Amino acid sequence: MESEHYFKHKHLISMADLSVEDLELVLLTARSFKEISSRSIKKVPTLRGRTVINLFFEPSTRTRLSFEIAAKRMSADTFNISASSSSTTKGETLVDTALNLEAMNPDMVIIRHSSSGAPNLLKRHIKTSVINAGDGTHEHPSQGLLDIMTVMEHKGDLAGLKIAIIGDIAHSRVAHSDIIGFTKMGASVSVSGPATMVPIEVERLGAKVCLDPREAVADADVVMALRIQRERLLDPLFPSLREYAVFFGINRELMKLAKSDALIMHPGPINRGVEIDPDIADGPNSVILDQVTNGVAVRMALLYLLMGGE
Amino acid sequence: MSSDDPAEKISAGKTSILLQNGRVIDPGNGFDQKADVLVVDGMITAVSKSGGKIITHPDCIRYDLEGKWILPGLIDMHVHLREPGEEYKETIESGAKAAAAGGFTAVACMPNTSPVNDSEGVTSLIMAKAATASCRVYPVGCISRGAKGEELADIGEMKRAGAVAISDDGMPVVDGQLFRRALEYSANYGLLVISHSEEISLSRGGVMNEGEMSISLGLRGIPNAAESISVYRDLALAEFTGRPVHIAHVSTAEAVELIRQAKSRGCKVSAETAPHYFTLTDRDVGEYDTNAKMNPPLRSEADRQAIIAGLADGTIDVIATDHAPHSRLEKDREFDQAANGIIGLETSLSMTMELVRQGAIDPARLVELMSLNPARILGVEGGDLSIGSRADITVVDPQNNFLYRKDAIVSKSKNSPFIDRQLTGKAILTVMGGAVTHSEL
Repeated sequence: MESEHYFKHKHLISMADLSVEDLELVLLTARSFKEISSRSIKKVPTLRGRTVINLFFEPSTRTRLSFEIAAKRMSADTFNISASSSSTTKGETLVDTALNLEAMNPDMVIIRHSSSGAPNLLKRHIKTSVINAGDGTHEHPSQGLLDIMTVMEHKGDLAGLKIAIIGDIAHSRVAHSDIIGFTKMGASVSVSGPATMVPIEVERLGAKVCLDPREAVADADVVMALRIQRERLLDPLFPSLREYAVFFGINRELMKLAKSDALIMHPGPINRGVEIDPDIADGPNSVILDQVTNGVAVRMALLYLLMGGE
Repeated sequence: MSSDDPAEKISAGKTSILLQNGRVIDPGNGFDQKADVLVVDGMITAVSKSGGKIITHPDCIRYDLEGKWILPGLIDMHVHLREPGEEYKETIESGAKAAAAGGFTAVACMPNTSPVNDSEGVTSLIMAKAATASCRVYPVGCISRGAKGEELADIGEMKRAGAVAISDDGMPVVDGQLFRRALEYSANYGLLVISHSEEISLSRGGVMNEGEMSISLGLRGIPNAAESISVYRDLALAEFTGRPVHIAHVSTAEAVELIRQAKSRGCKVSAETAPHYFTLTDRDVGEYDTNAKMNPPLRSEADRQAIIAGLADGTIDVIATDHAPHSRLEKDREFDQAANGIIGLETSLSMTMELVRQGAIDPARLVELMSLNPARILGVEGGDLSIGSRADITVVDPQNNFLYRKDAIVSKSKNSPFIDRQLTGKAILTVMGGAVTHSEL
């Protein structure tokens, strides 16, 4: 692994905090670590003796497991705290929880929380490194990184690519991190979805807003569907899952407009038949499971770089 | 207003204060010049051009105020003093001390205490505590019983106990009919209705201004229309009933324009804004700073400019702080779960002085916004320096440059976005009824 760039960050809260050089270093590191997961003995001693706490205030299977596997393959000790088992149900504040954890001298706290900005609050109160594993409707930077890694694996450079993201852009932390990351790497991002979920202000993040999903997908190199959250029906942001599937679901007909080799991506978990047709999700151009595999590699790289690996 | 006979100005030997050589700015009397002000027994007994002869008792306390401004005591018509019920955040005593330190001689306190001030009993309790406070404290009673927006509170009894206005501040009166009835019924008692104008079906769940910042921070937004729609309803009902209405904490360009138009039609509307709305924008939420969270929220730069224009052209009548003390318990937490509101009594004058320095308003307009107009709108004493009136006086050093330090805050709570800012313009002497309540001289 050769890089002139030194990773100066202690925390990973937002994709916006990372320079292009930072992104390239994380991806370079992740690519070199990816091979470890394909060995028969999937463990290196790099982070032996380090303590990593997964502090998850929201249900998560994939992201939590991905971080835990990443830490264990690097030989760090991992501990999981979920909302139901934490003291917050007894009225303890996030700050107090964090201070108590810090008193046990961990090296890293990985937090998922339903409140946007919770990792920022944590960072202000503890000296330990903090990784944002998804905060409210703000960001999910490790997902953004694994998505960049996945696109690069198949397309090489991101510069000049057109990436379409379809779904609830306004309320998707994945979309926010992806838009910031993809555009930093030189891609152009077009987004579409019901206008209730794609306000024009998302253009500030760097994406082009299209009312018609066909316009967003036209000639795209990558098409990503976002999970549609059923609770958004209550707001009301759209009338029904059925109508959503008809007008905004990624299906064969819509994909005809994209480039023939366009990648299909989805951050999971998938609502098959709602935001994406099963034939497309399972089709030859789908890299949805590659995203999951790369997630482990990216998180190994983040743990290594943020805990001061040299 | 100046008296020519020196003999009249001789103190009887009781408490007397002579404020000399200051610039007396008293738009209520059309007076703005270098002058001396004599206070005897808590009353203003003389205002005359400096250099003239004011004869005083040898024991008279003299202040040479060369380069300073002598203003009628500042009045903040919108504060939360948290007593009864949340004395760990603020008390009437501590809030009044903060007021005096900020140059205020009177405040009107909103009724969303615990219990709420919807009765003669709570109003009387506040009045009793206010009797020994460092500034005049005027209770505002609830519009509706329990501030629940369902039925009228005992408005007449609260007036009898000392209330000067009614408001369900903190929550809008959602029911249009109830708001109409409040406007009508308050007429019997000559009480002002103060409206917290918010369309909650549009603001529900929101924690900051809706716009680019709310999108990038992933925080649920509150659109400008949540304010303007409700302001329009209040204006329509004020015009329909012919009754005055006062719009609290105006934050949007749209509301300013609606009020401007209503005034031009002759609607009896008055309006206030708070220093943070003409000083900060939603960008100041920064990295989830809960001291930039309040309701209504900090808006855009265009809104901020519209607020300043409204202050300058007379659309907005009053600067009030919406002083809202909260402890770390409510503020040092996740942004979406943190309480709304910031303290403001000790920074309001400095923020308004900034508008004067920028040339947006002149010093006389500052006095109108912070003293004369609130006194007239609430129908309370003060607002000018007329001879024979109670000596509520604020002396300002317009050049005083200071660091607003957290450990120097007088209020019990420290939830201010202005901590560690360098501010210019400060109250250096506050006099209430002839008594010095704050002095840096």
